[in-house]
Parts: sequence; C-alpha cells; structure tokens
Amino acid sequence: MKTNALVDALARDLSRVLGVSEISNLRRLTGGASRETWRFDADDSSFVLQRVRPGTVGGLKQEPSVLVMAARHGVPVPELVFDGSASDELTEPFMIVRAVEGETIARKIQRDDAFGLARQNFCRDAGAALAKLHSIDVQEVIGLENEDQVVRYREVLDFLQQPHPTFELVFKWLVANQPESCRRSIVHGDFRLGNLMIGPKGIEAVLDWELAHLGDPMEDLGWLCVKAWRFGGTQPVAGLGSYEDLFSAYEQHSGIKVDADIVRWWQVLGTLKWGIICISQASSHLSGVMRSHELAAIGRRVCENEYDLFQLLEGEW
Amino acid sequence: MAHPHDVPTSAQLLESVRQWLERDVMPAVDARLQFHGRVAMNLLAMVEREIEIGPAQANEHDKRLKILGCADDYELAQRIKSGEMDDRLEEVKALVYASVVDKLLVANPKYLEK
Repeated sequence: MKTNALVDALARDLSRVLGVSEISNLRRLTGGASRETWRFDADDSSFVLQRVRPGTVGGLKQEPSVLVMAARHGVPVPELVFDGSASDELTEPFMIVRAVEGETIARKIQRDDAFGLARQNFCRDAGAALAKLHSIDVQEVIGLENEDQVVRYREVLDFLQQPHPTFELVFKWLVANQPESCRRSIVHGDFRLGNLMIGPKGIEAVLDWELAHLGDPMEDLGWLCVKAWRFGGTQPVAGLGSYEDLFSAYEQHSGIKVDADIVRWWQVLGTLKWGIICISQASSHLSGVMRSHELAAIGRRVCENEYDLFQLLEGEW
Repeated sequence: MAHPHDVPTSAQLLESVRQWLERDVMPAVDARLQFHGRVAMNLLAMVEREIEIGPAQANEHDKRLKILGCADDYELAQRIKSGEMDDRLEEVKALVYASVVDKLLVANPKYLEK
C-alpha cells in the first residue's frame, strides 16, 4: 500500500474505533523507537494516537492504567480517550488521548519569550507533579516492573560489550554508596524536558509514561537533574531552576523531606544510565537495526557522560 | 608515517565536504534536514580532529595502559570490575580521566569549556 492509502485506512479504522463520522488532519508525528505517534481531529477536538511499532515486545505495558491513575491523583496528564492495549482493531496495541497544546522542545522552552513564566514556575510544577505521582499507592497499578536499577543497567552494559573504564569505576561507587530505599512508588522513569508539555504558565501535561516502573521516588528527581537534560542550560534542574526550589516544592506537596545526597546518588546513576543508553543507540546503527548518522553520532557522546560523572563525583570518590 | 597519496589530505577532503554542506546545502533545505545536516557537519569536523590529533593520542593512551599493565580498555574495564584494581583506584581514576579528556578533545572539545 502507498503511504496515502495507509493513512486513509488508518483514518477509517480510527473513525470506527471512536464511533465518529469523520477523522481529519491525520498526520504522523515523530515518535520513539517503540511507538508511532499520530495526531488527528474528530468532532472539533484534537487527539493523539500512540501505536506500538510492529515487532515491539511487551505492547503498551501498563501505560493506559498508569495514565488513568495519575490523572485521578491530580498529576497533569493527557486524558485517556480509548485504551486499545488489548485490542487488535489497529493491528498493534494502541491508545488514544486528548491532545494537550503546548511545547515539548527544550530549546524553545528554555529561550522563547512565550515561556518566561513557565520557566519561573517549572520547579514548582515539577515538584508538585512528582509529589502527587509518588503519593499513589503502589498497589493501585498491577504489573509494573520492579527491578533494581543498578542491576538492570549492569546487565545492559555487559550485553553491549563496549569497554568503559569510567562506568566500571562509577558502578563500584554506586554499589558502595547505595542508599537504603525508604519508600517505593510509581516512578515515571523519564521525567524531563522533551517529555513534558509546557504551556505559557508551566507544565500542562506529563507525557511518555512507557518507562513507568516501581522504585525509589528519588529516581525521578535525580533524573531531572542529569546534565544532558539541562540542554546546555546552567541551572541544575532541567537547565531552568535550582535544587532548592525543586526540593521545597516537592516537600510542600508530599510532606516528605528530600535527602539531597540520595537525589545525587540517583543523579549519578541517571548520568551513567544515559551514557549506557547512548552506547545502545549507537549500536542500533552499527548492528543495522536502524541505520542513521544521528544514532552513529550519539556513540561519540558517551564520553560527555563520562566527563559529567567525573565532575559530579570529584572529591567524593 | 609515509604514504603515497596526493593532496588534498584526508582531513582536507572532509573539510571540503563539510564546507559544501554549510555553504550550499544548509541554506537550501528545511529545518528537519538542517538538523540532520548539522549532525553530519559535526561528524565530519570530529573525524578531521581525530585525523589531526588521533595518532598522538593513541601514543598517550598506550602509555597509560602500560602503566596500568593492561593491553586495552577491555582488559582495564574488566580488571576494574573484578576488583583487581581496588588497591590503586586513585591512580586508575587519574589515568581514565585523562583518556576521557582525550575522547572529548576529538568528539566535542567545547564540552571541556563548561
């Protein structure tokens, strides 16, 4: 089938699924490695379709149930309109959410005048959203992964078989300094600019819940402070705000005191994890899974993470 | 080392492609292609740097590995992991840091200014 015929067929399937007479402006947006993302209009509203790419293991996982649960607890998320995680109507598992307007591109959020207020409010909004997410009883969503993150990324690095002495040194430090995890929560797993819909006043919606899992809630705070997610900005939290502002917003909404050392431990793990993901992205190119000079280039960014780790741990290891 | 090739050198050939991308291609394409074009230009510049300073860096890396008694980074990584280096971690860190700096001098020298 030609692309146009494929799009028309998808539009017909969508109108049947939603029970509407017409689907318009159906267009593909950029998506992740495991999902394709489409946007369309129906009945004077805009929607986003996320469909699992053919051949992806694990389907949509718990994402639709996590979205519903997060919404119920006041986390800003797109409204789930149709849960197709167990449906074969669009061939692969899918879900449809109501579109949220705003911007996800970090560079624009950090620089454009339109987001001045959003930048001021960022730590407040991020702290509040994470506090609400982490307050959800872990029993409320069944089937979320519950893995030790050090063990997991140790396995990924071993599997990739690329030598990185820096990462070996950091694994040693992580194991020797692993904090006692006092709480277990639903963790978003990829809470950062790029996965947040930002409007003029602040965070409109938290997107991309496919990496949600059970774990130490401080993982989300540490990840948000990883240098790569500052996108060149100087401030530690997403390049936009201070640790103090993030922690005080989180404390205010959760009633739980943040231990900065534990967040830092997770920031170290997050930096290592992003380095390992960079190796894995380059290997997608090298193995031929997805040939792309952009992925190839990411392989030579691993040393940025190594450098960040030396800076982070300077004088402390 | 001597070689039979004429000028331009390999680095100069890459430079000529990079400048063509910058001068003729980038202004003529849409934002998405410009992004991918910028990535391509960065890669060419990276290889130009590696051709220039890579041989000297390889020498330095060899010296570092000899100090640590390892044949290559695979062996070094393995021996850090297994604990064999635990009694000289400070020395290992200093030498590994030097090689990270060398990697950045090729991959993204601006990163070292931050």
